[in-house]
Amino acid sequence: MDLLRFATAGSVDDGKSTLIGRLLYDSKSIFEDQLSAVEESSRRRGDAVVNLALLTDGLRAEREQGITIDVAYRYFATPRRKFIVADTPGHVQYTRNMVTGASTANLSVVLVDARQGVIEQSRRHTYIASLLRIPHLVIAINKMDLVDWSEARFLEIRSAFESFLPRLDIRDVKFIPLSALNGDNVVDASAQTPWYVGPSLLGHLETVHIASDWNLHGFRFPVQWVNRPNNPRDPKLHDFRGLSGQIAGGIVRVGQQVLILPSGQRSRVKEIWTYDGPLQEAFCPQSVTLVLEHDVDVSRGDMVVGLDALPGAGTELQARVCWMHPKALQAGRKYFLKHTTQMVQAVVSSIDSRINIHTFESEPEPTELAMNDIGRIRLRTAKPLVFDGYSTNRLTGACILIEPGTNATVGACMLEAPQEPVRVEYTDFAI
Amino acid sequence: MPHYQLDHLDQIEAEAIFVLRETAAQFQNAALLFSGGKDSIVMAHLAAKAFWPAKIPFPLLHVDTGHNFEETIAYRDSFTEKLGARLVVGHVQDSIDKGRVKEEKGPYASRNALQSVTLLDTIEEHKFTACLGGGRRDEEKARAKERFFSHRDDFGQWDPKNQRPELWNLFNGRHHPGEHFRVFPLSNFTEMDIWMYLQREEIELPSLYFSHERDVFERNGALLAVSEHITMLDTEKPERKVVRFRTIGDVTCTGAVESKAATLDEVIAEVAAARQTERGTRADDKRSETAMEDRKKEGYF
Repeated sequence: MDLLRFATAGSVDDGKSTLIGRLLYDSKSIFEDQLSAVEESSRRRGDAVVNLALLTDGLRAEREQGITIDVAYRYFATPRRKFIVADTPGHVQYTRNMVTGASTANLSVVLVDARQGVIEQSRRHTYIASLLRIPHLVIAINKMDLVDWSEARFLEIRSAFESFLPRLDIRDVKFIPLSALNGDNVVDASAQTPWYVGPSLLGHLETVHIASDWNLHGFRFPVQWVNRPNNPRDPKLHDFRGLSGQIAGGIVRVGQQVLILPSGQRSRVKEIWTYDGPLQEAFCPQSVTLVLEHDVDVSRGDMVVGLDALPGAGTELQARVCWMHPKALQAGRKYFLKHTTQMVQAVVSSIDSRINIHTFESEPEPTELAMNDIGRIRLRTAKPLVFDGYSTNRLTGACILIEPGTNATVGACMLEAPQEPVRVEYTDFAI
Repeated sequence: MPHYQLDHLDQIEAEAIFVLRETAAQFQNAALLFSGGKDSIVMAHLAAKAFWPAKIPFPLLHVDTGHNFEETIAYRDSFTEKLGARLVVGHVQDSIDKGRVKEEKGPYASRNALQSVTLLDTIEEHKFTACLGGGRRDEEKARAKERFFSHRDDFGQWDPKNQRPELWNLFNGRHHPGEHFRVFPLSNFTEMDIWMYLQREEIELPSLYFSHERDVFERNGALLAVSEHITMLDTEKPERKVVRFRTIGDVTCTGAVESKAATLDEVIAEVAAARQTERGTRADDKRSETAMEDRKKEGYF
């Protein structure tokens, strides 16, 4: 069965948790004991109706304050698909947790309160969805019951989005009018919106085309673990040396020529090992172990790539960053940078601009980036990085910054495409 | 034209293998928490797959409350032998004897909460810097908030309000001396996924998961096994019933369900039709609304 990972975003009280509660409830994924626990809590709190948000707001502090602090993951399935839902916080100060939930999503649902229309958080979350290159976007215009199911209001909000969407990098957008509280257009089409001809939210989630979301172009294999059984008793395994990892892009076949970067050595794939037996070919996102024809020097953090569509390599990088720490980012600071399976030291050589969330304009040369700011930076690494632009590959084009003293994850970086592909001296092996 | 698409079980399997390898690569001294329950069995099986043809590069760690079902211990020993893995056992009884924890008294006594202390002591004794756990996010609402790489401070505590952002598959396992990580490769598995995976991989399970006859009694809506470790109240009467267990923990807090499901197929059909969560049979979760979060903050699994 297909798997769709989606994230919900939106401001506080836009009804994200209620919407997820509704999806779970109406798709019959809520168990009796969970429902009775929620009914019991709602009664104790004096809520007027059963508060479905309590299904996802699991932390004591969240239930006390009635807000979502951190991402909660929920799971449900219909006969057509399995779903992993990241219910992300709406408060500005928890944007980093929203980015956490959205980074692995194929689809983002941005909720808007029909009474409020487009507010700063709607723009921020839509921008972040575009920044993270989430392939599909749903704008769910919620609480339509509170604006008398007005088509005019729906169209007004829709055109407010359409005025800035062309400036963002989003190809697939769907607008859906709904009421999470009452369940209109969530699972079943609502009788309240005869003017709306599109699918319900669940109908859309079940059918949106996701088969092309994985990157099957340009083989990328970050080496995660060098597999050496060191088993002197088994002659087959005595000299076994495999490269284990998860394919981050493309397809690999036995017999295919590959490059090991950054060293530039060339070899050929001799075998593809899995516990379940050898494979003739493997593709993204499979976890496999490659055995190469030659006994080349490869270790964790190196990347094995195909000869077509080469990545870039270098120590000078440009990136868009979402800053996630109360201590602001300033140029000249040093961090650990984690990219694919390697960790290197890096310095932020300059902050080129900050994105204004209201206008989406770049403001040049800010002195710093504060928490939840998004900006463009330049980085210099102590060792060359083998990378793609984030727009080409979400796995080989992403990195995080880690503060050395506290080990806190402070920045999420999306790398700009390399100026040119890596240049390799073709000193071929005599194959 | 081949169909280059993984179905959902293959995707979460590939993800779990990535997390297991990342743990081995980032931590010098990791351990895999093994209870003999289905989730830790799946996790150990995935570890065997992740490092194949080499052996699993870390030991299995069992926190033994002394209140186990016999079947669990027998299974644990044969399973670790089959994997060729090393087994480390921490005993709650030792913690009690050393005065580190105090045994609960009365008919509702359970060693469930005491395990956290034994676990943290064992982690300290062996200097483990990462413990792989079989926790799943669909199990419980506090677990739904957990990261794959979950940081624990030098008191073994979880700070749910201040977790590290975790982006893409870039797991940050950096830590200071004394701190450690809990790593959850099965985060995205649901109960149903576990059962379907067990079936697909043809993994043998402890017999407790399949229907059998057993003396049980009812308490708080759950059927508990009659055992030397639980004191029954005067009002509680043992009855012989055909039951099976949906989760396996301590004898004292794991409830059985009446069931005739004797094979994996039958169990899956039953899980699909279930209207109660599997933890609905766990007395340890019913102690308060945030019982799991409170225990996790103190270092629970």
